Amino acid sequence: MAKRIGMEIALAAAEAAALCNPDVVAAYPITPNTHIPEHLSDIVADGRIDAEFICVESEHSALSACCGASAAGARVFTATSSQGLLFMGEVMPIVSAMRLPVVMAIGNRALSAPINIWNDHSDIMSQRDMGWISLFAADGQEVIDMIIQAFKIAEHREVMLPLNINLDGFQLTHVVEPMFLPDQEEVDDFLPVYEPYASLHPDNALSMGTLGAPDVFNEAMKAKDEALINSKKIIVQVWREWEEKFGRSYEPIETYQTEGAEVILVAMGSIGDTAEVAIDELRKRKIPAGLLRLKLWRPFPSEELRKAVKGARVLAVMDRAVSYGGATGPVGAEIRSVLYDDPDRPVILNEIIGLGGRDVTVEDFFRIVEKAAQAKKGELERGYEIYGVRGS
Amino acid sequence: MADKKGPETWQEINVGCMVFVPGNASEYHTGSWRDQRPVYDNSKCIKCGICYIFCPEGCISQDAEGYFVADLDYCKGCGICAHECWPGAIKMVEEG
Repeated sequence: MAKRIGMEIALAAAEAAALCNPDVVAAYPITPNTHIPEHLSDIVADGRIDAEFICVESEHSALSACCGASAAGARVFTATSSQGLLFMGEVMPIVSAMRLPVVMAIGNRALSAPINIWNDHSDIMSQRDMGWISLFAADGQEVIDMIIQAFKIAEHREVMLPLNINLDGFQLTHVVEPMFLPDQEEVDDFLPVYEPYASLHPDNALSMGTLGAPDVFNEAMKAKDEALINSKKIIVQVWREWEEKFGRSYEPIETYQTEGAEVILVAMGSIGDTAEVAIDELRKRKIPAGLLRLKLWRPFPSEELRKAVKGARVLAVMDRAVSYGGATGPVGAEIRSVLYDDPDRPVILNEIIGLGGRDVTVEDFFRIVEKAAQAKKGELERGYEIYGVRGS
Repeated sequence: MADKKGPETWQEINVGCMVFVPGNASEYHTGSWRDQRPVYDNSKCIKCGICYIFCPEGCISQDAEGYFVADLDYCKGCGICAHECWPGAIKMVEEG
Protein backbone atom coordinates (compact mmCIF):
# COMPACT_ATOMS: atom_id res chain seq x y z
CA MET A 1 0.00 0.00 0.00
CA ALA A 2 1.12 3.48 -0.83
CA LYS A 3 1.87 5.57 2.18
CA ARG A 4 0.75 9.14 2.68
CA ILE A 5 3.74 11.39 3.25
CA GLY A 6 4.31 15.03 4.02
CA MET A 7 7.62 15.92 2.45
CA GLU A 8 9.48 18.53 0.47
CA ILE A 9 8.73 17.75 -3.18
CA ALA A 10 12.42 17.59 -4.19
CA LEU A 11 12.98 14.89 -1.56
CA ALA A 12 9.86 13.07 -2.72
CA ALA A 13 11.22 13.22 -6.27
CA ALA A 14 14.40 11.52 -5.05
CA GLU A 15 12.33 8.90 -3.20
CA ALA A 16 10.33 8.25 -6.38
CA ALA A 17 13.51 7.89 -8.44
CA ALA A 18 14.91 5.50 -5.78
CA LEU A 19 11.78 3.34 -6.04
CA CYS A 20 12.71 2.84 -9.71
CA ASN A 21 16.09 1.39 -8.71
CA PRO A 22 18.39 3.35 -11.02
CA ASP A 23 21.81 1.80 -11.63
CA VAL A 24 23.57 5.14 -12.09
CA VAL A 25 22.87 8.66 -10.88
CA ALA A 26 25.21 11.42 -12.05
CA ALA A 27 24.41 15.00 -11.13
CA TYR A 28 25.96 18.34 -10.25
CA PRO A 29 24.24 20.63 -7.77
CA ILE A 30 22.47 23.80 -8.89
CA THR A 31 19.60 25.60 -7.19
CA PRO A 32 16.69 24.82 -7.11
CA ASN A 33 16.99 21.13 -8.12
CA THR A 34 19.86 20.37 -5.71
CA HIS A 35 17.84 18.58 -3.05
CA ILE A 36 16.86 15.89 -5.56
CA PRO A 37 20.37 14.48 -6.24
CA GLU A 38 21.49 15.39 -2.72
CA HIS A 39 18.78 13.20 -1.22
CA LEU A 40 19.51 10.47 -3.77
CA SER A 41 23.16 10.52 -2.74
CA ASP A 42 21.99 9.93 0.85
CA ILE A 43 19.81 7.05 -0.31
CA VAL A 44 22.76 5.49 -2.16
CA ALA A 45 25.17 6.10 0.74
CA ASP A 46 22.70 4.50 3.15
CA GLY A 47 22.64 1.43 0.93
CA ARG A 48 18.92 1.67 0.30
CA ILE A 49 19.48 1.21 -3.43
CA ASP A 50 22.31 -0.49 -5.29
CA ALA A 51 23.37 2.38 -7.53
CA GLU A 52 26.52 4.25 -8.50
CA PHE A 53 26.29 7.89 -7.53
CA ILE A 54 28.84 9.71 -9.69
CA CYS A 55 29.98 13.03 -8.23
CA VAL A 56 30.95 14.80 -11.42
CA GLU A 57 32.63 18.20 -11.84
CA SER A 58 29.96 19.77 -14.06
CA GLU A 59 26.57 19.28 -15.67
CA HIS A 60 28.26 18.58 -18.99
CA SER A 61 29.99 15.66 -17.31
CA ALA A 62 26.79 14.66 -15.51
CA LEU A 63 24.85 14.14 -18.72
CA SER A 64 27.90 12.68 -20.48
CA ALA A 65 28.22 10.11 -17.67
CA CYS A 66 24.50 9.37 -17.92
CA CYS A 67 24.82 8.98 -21.69
CA GLY A 68 27.70 6.52 -21.35
CA ALA A 69 26.07 4.58 -18.53
CA SER A 70 22.82 4.32 -20.46
CA ALA A 71 24.72 3.14 -23.54
CA ALA A 72 26.24 0.44 -21.32
CA GLY A 73 22.72 -0.69 -20.40
CA ALA A 74 22.17 1.05 -17.05
CA ARG A 75 18.95 2.64 -15.83
CA VAL A 76 19.97 6.26 -15.36
CA PHE A 77 18.64 9.32 -13.54
CA THR A 78 19.86 12.89 -13.28
CA ALA A 79 18.51 16.31 -12.38
CA THR A 80 19.41 19.93 -13.03
CA SER A 81 18.17 23.52 -13.42
CA SER A 82 18.74 26.66 -15.48
CA GLN A 83 22.37 27.23 -16.57
CA GLY A 84 23.09 23.65 -15.55
CA LEU A 85 20.67 22.46 -18.21
CA LEU A 86 22.34 24.78 -20.72
CA PHE A 87 25.70 23.26 -19.84
CA MET A 88 24.19 19.84 -20.56
CA GLY A 89 23.03 21.29 -23.88
CA GLU A 90 25.83 19.86 -25.97
CA VAL A 91 24.98 16.33 -24.90
CA MET A 92 21.16 16.72 -24.93
CA PRO A 93 20.56 15.99 -28.65
CA ILE A 94 23.14 13.19 -28.63
CA VAL A 95 21.30 11.25 -25.90
CA SER A 96 18.05 11.41 -27.88
CA ALA A 97 19.68 10.63 -31.23
CA MET A 98 21.34 7.59 -29.65
CA ARG A 99 17.88 6.64 -28.35
CA LEU A 100 19.02 6.33 -24.73
CA PRO A 101 16.24 6.39 -22.11
CA VAL A 102 17.88 8.79 -19.63
CA VAL A 103 15.38 10.29 -17.16
CA MET A 104 15.98 13.81 -15.87
CA ALA A 105 14.12 16.01 -13.41
CA ILE A 106 14.41 19.73 -14.13
CA GLY A 107 13.71 22.15 -11.30
CA ASN A 108 12.79 24.95 -13.69
CA ARG A 109 14.61 28.22 -13.11
CA ALA A 110 15.19 31.42 -15.07
CA LEU A 111 18.32 31.84 -17.18
CA SER A 112 20.86 34.51 -16.24
CA ALA A 113 21.53 37.42 -16.59
CA PRO A 114 20.73 39.21 -14.36
CA ILE A 115 21.37 36.22 -12.15
CA ASN A 116 18.12 34.87 -10.82
CA ILE A 117 17.52 31.59 -9.06
CA TRP A 118 13.72 31.69 -9.21
CA ASN A 119 11.18 29.96 -11.36
CA ASP A 120 10.21 30.31 -14.99
CA HIS A 121 10.49 28.03 -18.02
CA SER A 122 13.31 29.69 -19.96
CA ASP A 123 15.69 26.79 -19.17
CA ILE A 124 13.63 24.00 -20.73
CA MET A 125 12.39 26.20 -23.58
CA SER A 126 16.01 26.72 -24.64
CA GLN A 127 16.29 22.91 -24.88
CA ARG A 128 12.91 22.43 -26.54
CA ASP A 129 14.21 20.98 -29.78
CA MET A 130 16.65 18.44 -28.36
CA GLY A 131 14.44 15.44 -29.13
CA TRP A 132 13.50 14.66 -25.51
CA ILE A 133 10.04 13.86 -24.21
CA SER A 134 8.99 16.75 -21.93
CA LEU A 135 6.39 16.45 -19.19
CA PHE A 136 5.24 19.27 -16.90
CA ALA A 137 4.12 18.52 -13.36
CA ALA A 138 1.63 20.76 -11.57
CA ASP A 139 2.09 19.50 -8.00
CA GLY A 140 4.12 17.13 -5.84
CA GLN A 141 1.96 14.10 -6.53
CA GLU A 142 2.44 14.58 -10.26
CA VAL A 143 6.21 14.83 -9.73
CA ILE A 144 6.29 11.45 -7.93
CA ASP A 145 3.97 9.83 -10.45
CA MET A 146 5.70 11.24 -13.52
CA ILE A 147 9.17 10.15 -12.37
CA ILE A 148 7.98 6.55 -11.99
CA GLN A 149 6.02 6.70 -15.25
CA ALA A 150 9.04 8.27 -16.96
CA PHE A 151 11.23 5.15 -16.78
CA LYS A 152 8.45 2.98 -18.16
CA ILE A 153 7.77 5.40 -21.04
CA ALA A 154 11.41 6.15 -21.87
CA GLU A 155 12.54 2.51 -21.75
CA HIS A 156 9.58 1.16 -23.74
CA ARG A 157 10.82 -0.60 -26.88
CA GLU A 158 8.57 1.56 -29.05
CA VAL A 159 9.96 4.74 -27.47
CA MET A 160 13.63 4.48 -26.36
CA LEU A 161 14.01 8.20 -25.84
CA PRO A 162 15.23 10.40 -22.99
CA LEU A 163 12.60 12.16 -20.94
CA ASN A 164 12.58 15.24 -18.74
CA ILE A 165 10.08 15.96 -15.98
CA ASN A 166 9.69 19.68 -15.38
CA LEU A 167 8.85 20.87 -11.90
CA ASP A 168 8.78 24.56 -11.11
CA GLY A 169 11.74 25.69 -9.03
CA PHE A 170 10.78 26.62 -5.44
CA GLN A 171 7.02 26.66 -6.20
CA LEU A 172 7.35 22.88 -6.39
CA THR A 173 10.91 21.85 -5.50
CA HIS A 174 10.94 23.50 -2.08
CA VAL A 175 7.30 23.14 -1.04
CA VAL A 176 6.13 20.54 1.49
CA GLU A 177 2.98 18.83 0.31
CA PRO A 178 0.94 15.81 1.33
CA MET A 179 1.49 13.10 -1.28
CA PHE A 180 1.07 9.38 -1.79
CA LEU A 181 4.36 7.53 -2.23
CA PRO A 182 3.80 4.10 -3.80
CA ASP A 183 5.55 1.21 -2.09
CA GLN A 184 8.32 -0.87 -3.63
CA GLU A 185 6.09 -3.81 -4.55
CA GLU A 186 3.64 -1.59 -6.41
CA VAL A 187 6.43 0.08 -8.36
CA ASP A 188 8.12 -3.26 -9.13
CA ASP A 189 4.81 -4.54 -10.41
CA PHE A 190 4.33 -1.48 -12.62
CA LEU A 191 7.90 -0.97 -13.82
CA PRO A 192 9.68 -3.97 -15.33
CA VAL A 193 13.42 -4.53 -14.93
CA TYR A 194 15.19 -2.55 -17.66
CA GLU A 195 16.24 -4.64 -20.62
CA PRO A 196 18.17 -2.46 -23.03
CA TYR A 197 17.63 -2.82 -26.76
CA ALA A 198 21.40 -2.79 -27.22
CA SER A 199 24.30 -2.02 -24.94
CA LEU A 200 28.03 -1.54 -25.19
CA HIS A 201 29.86 -4.66 -24.09
CA PRO A 202 33.19 -6.11 -25.23
CA ASP A 203 31.62 -9.55 -25.79
CA ASN A 204 29.19 -8.16 -28.33
CA ALA A 205 30.81 -5.29 -30.17
CA LEU A 206 28.65 -2.57 -31.63
CA SER A 207 28.97 1.17 -32.23
CA MET A 208 26.81 4.05 -31.06
CA GLY A 209 27.13 7.70 -31.99
CA THR A 210 28.97 7.26 -35.27
CA LEU A 211 29.38 9.71 -38.16
CA GLY A 212 26.29 10.47 -40.24
CA ALA A 213 27.31 12.11 -43.52
CA PRO A 214 24.90 14.20 -45.68
CA ASP A 215 23.79 11.06 -47.52
CA VAL A 216 22.09 9.66 -44.38
CA PHE A 217 21.55 12.68 -42.10
CA ASN A 218 18.13 13.67 -43.48
CA GLU A 219 16.85 10.15 -42.97
CA ALA A 220 18.40 9.87 -39.49
CA MET A 221 16.64 13.09 -38.40
CA LYS A 222 13.33 11.92 -39.88
CA ALA A 223 13.66 8.67 -37.91
CA LYS A 224 14.36 10.65 -34.72
CA ASP A 225 11.34 12.91 -35.30
CA GLU A 226 9.05 9.95 -36.00
CA ALA A 227 10.26 8.24 -32.81
CA LEU A 228 9.27 11.27 -30.74
CA ILE A 229 5.90 11.69 -32.48
CA ASN A 230 5.11 8.00 -32.02
CA SER A 231 6.01 8.09 -28.34
CA LYS A 232 2.69 9.84 -27.59
CA LYS A 233 0.81 6.58 -28.10
CA ILE A 234 2.93 4.84 -25.45
CA ILE A 235 2.81 7.83 -23.09
CA VAL A 236 -0.99 7.71 -23.15
CA GLN A 237 -0.94 3.90 -22.80
CA VAL A 238 1.34 4.10 -19.74
CA TRP A 239 -0.87 6.80 -18.23
CA ARG A 240 -3.97 4.58 -18.68
CA GLU A 241 -2.14 1.75 -16.97
CA TRP A 242 -1.11 4.11 -14.17
CA GLU A 243 -4.71 5.16 -13.67
CA GLU A 244 -5.87 1.55 -13.45
CA LYS A 245 -3.20 0.70 -10.94
CA PHE A 246 -2.93 3.86 -8.86
CA GLY A 247 -6.25 5.59 -9.52
CA ARG A 248 -4.78 8.92 -10.62
CA SER A 249 -5.46 9.92 -14.21
CA TYR A 250 -3.13 11.72 -16.61
CA GLU A 251 -3.93 13.30 -19.96
CA PRO A 252 -1.66 15.13 -22.41
CA ILE A 253 -4.02 18.09 -21.96
CA GLU A 254 -6.19 18.21 -18.86
CA THR A 255 -9.41 20.19 -19.20
CA TYR A 256 -11.00 22.03 -16.29
CA GLN A 257 -14.43 23.67 -16.57
CA THR A 258 -14.08 24.05 -20.34
CA GLU A 259 -17.69 23.03 -20.97
CA GLY A 260 -19.39 26.13 -22.39
CA ALA A 261 -16.32 28.25 -21.66
CA GLU A 262 -16.01 31.40 -23.75
CA VAL A 263 -12.49 32.11 -22.50
CA ILE A 264 -10.03 29.29 -21.90
CA LEU A 265 -6.75 29.79 -20.06
CA VAL A 266 -3.84 27.56 -21.07
CA ALA A 267 -1.19 26.90 -18.42
CA MET A 268 1.80 24.63 -17.97
CA GLY A 269 3.26 23.68 -14.59
CA SER A 270 2.31 24.86 -11.11
CA ILE A 271 0.50 28.07 -12.15
CA GLY A 272 -2.29 25.76 -13.35
CA ASP A 273 -3.28 25.23 -9.70
CA THR A 274 -3.56 29.00 -9.17
CA ALA A 275 -5.54 29.31 -12.40
CA GLU A 276 -7.89 26.59 -11.19
CA VAL A 277 -8.75 28.63 -8.07
CA ALA A 278 -9.40 31.64 -10.32
CA ILE A 279 -11.68 29.59 -12.60
CA ASP A 280 -13.70 28.31 -9.60
CA GLU A 281 -14.26 31.89 -8.45
CA LEU A 282 -15.12 33.15 -11.96
CA ARG A 283 -17.62 30.32 -12.46
CA LYS A 284 -19.26 31.31 -9.17
CA ARG A 285 -19.66 34.76 -10.66
CA LYS A 286 -21.22 33.15 -13.79
CA ILE A 287 -18.28 34.08 -15.98
CA PRO A 288 -17.82 31.27 -18.55
CA ALA A 289 -14.09 30.65 -18.20
CA GLY A 290 -12.21 27.36 -18.30
CA LEU A 291 -8.67 26.03 -18.14
CA LEU A 292 -6.39 23.72 -20.11
CA ARG A 293 -3.32 22.30 -18.38
CA LEU A 294 -0.62 21.09 -20.69
CA LYS A 295 1.09 18.08 -19.15
CA LEU A 296 2.79 16.88 -22.30
CA TRP A 297 4.91 19.47 -24.08
CA ARG A 298 6.98 17.20 -26.35
CA PRO A 299 5.68 15.46 -28.36
CA PHE A 300 3.10 18.24 -28.64
CA PRO A 301 -0.49 16.91 -28.37
CA SER A 302 -1.91 18.75 -31.40
CA GLU A 303 -5.04 16.60 -31.88
CA GLU A 304 -5.93 16.83 -28.20
CA LEU A 305 -5.52 20.61 -28.33
CA ARG A 306 -7.83 21.01 -31.35
CA LYS A 307 -10.45 18.94 -29.55
CA ALA A 308 -10.06 20.73 -26.21
CA VAL A 309 -10.55 24.27 -27.58
CA LYS A 310 -13.68 23.54 -29.62
CA GLY A 311 -16.31 26.17 -28.90
CA ALA A 312 -14.03 28.62 -27.11
CA ARG A 313 -14.02 32.20 -28.42
CA VAL A 314 -10.72 33.25 -26.86
CA LEU A 315 -7.67 31.34 -25.65
CA ALA A 316 -5.36 33.07 -23.20
CA VAL A 317 -2.09 31.18 -23.41
CA MET A 318 0.38 31.58 -20.54
CA ASP A 319 4.07 31.46 -21.31
CA ARG A 320 6.82 31.36 -18.71
CA ALA A 321 9.60 32.30 -21.12
CA VAL A 322 10.34 34.94 -23.77
CA SER A 323 11.33 34.03 -27.31
CA TYR A 324 13.32 37.26 -27.70
CA GLY A 325 12.48 39.00 -30.94
CA GLY A 326 10.02 36.28 -31.90
CA ALA A 327 6.37 36.48 -32.89
CA THR A 328 5.05 35.07 -29.56
CA GLY A 329 6.21 33.10 -26.54
CA PRO A 330 7.08 29.43 -27.17
CA VAL A 331 3.77 27.94 -25.97
CA GLY A 332 1.85 30.72 -27.76
CA ALA A 333 3.67 30.00 -31.01
CA GLU A 334 2.97 26.29 -30.74
CA ILE A 335 -0.73 26.76 -30.12
CA ARG A 336 -1.21 29.38 -32.84
CA SER A 337 0.60 27.10 -35.25
CA VAL A 338 -1.54 24.05 -34.41
CA LEU A 339 -4.81 26.00 -34.69
CA TYR A 340 -3.94 28.05 -37.78
CA ASP A 341 -5.67 25.71 -40.22
CA ASP A 342 -8.88 25.62 -38.21
CA PRO A 343 -11.32 28.15 -39.78
CA ASP A 344 -13.16 28.48 -36.45
CA ARG A 345 -10.02 29.01 -34.44
CA PRO A 346 -10.34 31.16 -31.35
CA VAL A 347 -8.66 34.52 -30.82
CA ILE A 348 -5.32 33.74 -29.18
CA LEU A 349 -3.85 36.01 -26.52
CA ASN A 350 -0.35 35.23 -25.32
CA GLU A 351 0.62 36.37 -21.84
CA ILE A 352 4.21 35.95 -20.74
CA ILE A 353 3.86 35.75 -16.99
CA GLY A 354 5.85 35.02 -13.86
CA LEU A 355 9.37 35.54 -15.19
CA GLY A 356 12.21 34.84 -12.76
CA GLY A 357 9.87 34.06 -9.87
CA ARG A 358 7.52 37.07 -10.21
CA ASP A 359 4.44 36.03 -8.26
CA VAL A 360 1.43 34.84 -10.28
CA THR A 361 -1.80 35.35 -8.33
CA VAL A 362 -5.47 34.47 -8.68
CA GLU A 363 -6.14 38.18 -9.32
CA ASP A 364 -3.75 38.11 -12.28
CA PHE A 365 -5.91 35.43 -13.88
CA PHE A 366 -9.05 37.51 -13.23
CA ARG A 367 -7.42 40.38 -15.15
CA ILE A 368 -6.29 38.12 -17.99
CA VAL A 369 -9.76 36.58 -18.36
CA GLU A 370 -11.29 40.07 -18.35
CA LYS A 371 -8.90 41.21 -21.06
CA ALA A 372 -9.49 38.02 -23.05
CA ALA A 373 -13.28 38.47 -22.88
CA GLN A 374 -12.88 41.80 -24.70
CA ALA A 375 -10.38 40.55 -27.29
CA LYS A 376 -11.53 40.56 -30.90
CA LYS A 377 -10.06 38.83 -33.92
CA GLY A 378 -7.63 40.99 -35.87
CA GLU A 379 -7.40 43.61 -33.14
CA LEU A 380 -4.35 42.37 -31.32
CA GLU A 381 -1.48 44.79 -31.81
CA ARG A 382 1.16 42.14 -31.35
CA GLY A 383 1.33 38.45 -30.71
CA TYR A 384 2.12 38.65 -26.99
CA GLU A 385 2.65 40.84 -23.99
CA ILE A 386 4.87 40.51 -20.96
CA TYR A 387 2.17 40.62 -18.33
CA GLY A 388 2.39 43.14 -15.52
CA VAL A 389 5.60 44.75 -16.76
CA ARG A 390 6.11 48.18 -15.21
CA GLY A 391 6.24 51.09 -17.65
CA SER A 392 3.79 49.87 -20.25
CA MET B 1 31.65 5.30 -53.04
CA ALA B 2 30.55 2.78 -55.62
CA ASP B 3 30.42 -0.24 -53.33
CA LYS B 4 29.06 1.58 -50.26
CA LYS B 5 25.82 0.01 -49.11
CA GLY B 6 23.85 2.11 -46.66
CA PRO B 7 20.22 2.70 -45.73
CA GLU B 8 18.06 4.15 -48.51
CA THR B 9 14.90 5.20 -46.67
CA TRP B 10 14.50 6.63 -43.15
CA GLN B 11 12.74 3.43 -42.12
CA GLU B 12 15.93 1.47 -42.87
CA ILE B 13 18.00 3.58 -40.46
CA ASN B 14 19.00 1.46 -37.45
CA VAL B 15 17.53 2.59 -34.13
CA GLY B 16 19.77 5.37 -32.84
CA CYS B 17 21.98 4.90 -35.93
CA MET B 18 23.61 2.01 -34.08
CA VAL B 19 26.12 -0.06 -35.99
CA PHE B 20 25.90 -3.76 -35.25
CA VAL B 21 28.73 -4.97 -37.51
CA PRO B 22 32.08 -4.28 -35.81
CA GLY B 23 34.73 -2.72 -38.03
CA ASN B 24 32.46 -2.14 -41.01
CA ALA B 25 33.80 1.39 -41.40
CA SER B 26 36.38 -0.21 -43.72
CA GLU B 27 33.55 -0.84 -46.19
CA TYR B 28 33.11 2.89 -46.51
CA HIS B 29 35.56 3.94 -49.20
CA THR B 30 36.37 7.52 -48.35
CA GLY B 31 38.63 7.72 -51.40
CA SER B 32 35.65 9.09 -53.29
CA TRP B 33 36.04 12.37 -51.37
CA ARG B 34 39.42 12.98 -53.06
CA ASP B 35 40.02 15.57 -55.75
CA GLN B 36 43.83 15.22 -55.82
CA ARG B 37 45.83 12.05 -55.52
CA PRO B 38 49.42 11.48 -54.38
CA VAL B 39 51.78 10.26 -57.09
CA TYR B 40 55.12 8.85 -55.90
CA ASP B 41 58.38 9.28 -57.83
CA ASN B 42 60.35 6.36 -56.40
CA SER B 43 63.62 7.65 -57.97
CA LYS B 44 63.53 10.44 -55.35
CA CYS B 45 62.17 8.32 -52.48
CA ILE B 46 64.67 7.57 -49.69
CA LYS B 47 62.25 5.20 -47.89
CA CYS B 48 62.28 7.38 -44.75
CA GLY B 49 58.57 6.66 -44.11
CA ILE B 50 57.63 10.21 -43.11
CA CYS B 51 54.57 9.99 -45.41
CA TYR B 52 53.50 6.84 -43.58
CA ILE B 53 53.92 8.53 -40.19
CA PHE B 54 52.00 11.69 -41.11
CA CYS B 55 49.13 10.16 -43.12
CA PRO B 56 46.05 10.95 -40.95
CA GLU B 57 44.06 8.26 -42.71
CA GLY B 58 46.62 5.50 -42.06
CA CYS B 59 46.27 4.39 -45.66
CA ILE B 60 49.97 4.38 -46.60
CA SER B 61 51.89 1.11 -46.49
CA GLN B 62 55.26 -0.23 -47.64
CA ASP B 63 55.54 -2.49 -50.68
CA ALA B 64 57.86 -5.52 -51.09
CA GLU B 65 60.76 -3.30 -52.23
CA GLY B 66 60.33 -0.92 -49.27
CA TYR B 67 58.71 1.93 -51.24
CA PHE B 68 55.55 3.54 -49.93
CA VAL B 69 52.11 3.42 -51.57
CA ALA B 70 48.78 5.06 -50.70
CA ASP B 71 45.61 2.96 -50.74
CA LEU B 72 43.39 5.01 -53.02
CA ASP B 73 40.22 3.35 -51.66
CA TYR B 74 40.75 5.41 -48.50
CA CYS B 75 43.15 8.27 -49.40
CA LYS B 76 41.12 11.51 -49.14
CA GLY B 77 43.76 13.50 -51.00
CA CYS B 78 44.65 15.83 -48.14
CA GLY B 79 48.23 16.23 -49.41
CA ILE B 80 49.94 16.04 -46.03
CA CYS B 81 52.25 13.29 -47.33
CA ALA B 82 53.39 15.49 -50.22
CA HIS B 83 53.85 18.46 -47.89
CA GLU B 84 55.96 16.47 -45.45
CA CYS B 85 58.05 14.55 -48.01
CA TRP B 86 61.28 16.55 -47.89
CA PRO B 87 63.02 14.82 -50.84
CA GLY B 88 59.96 15.90 -52.89
CA ALA B 89 59.07 12.40 -54.07
CA ILE B 90 55.30 12.92 -53.83
CA LYS B 91 53.25 15.21 -56.10
CA MET B 92 49.53 15.86 -55.76
CA VAL B 93 47.84 15.41 -59.14
CA GLU B 94 44.29 16.50 -59.98
CA GLU B 95 41.83 13.63 -60.31
CA GLY B 96 40.45 13.88 -63.78
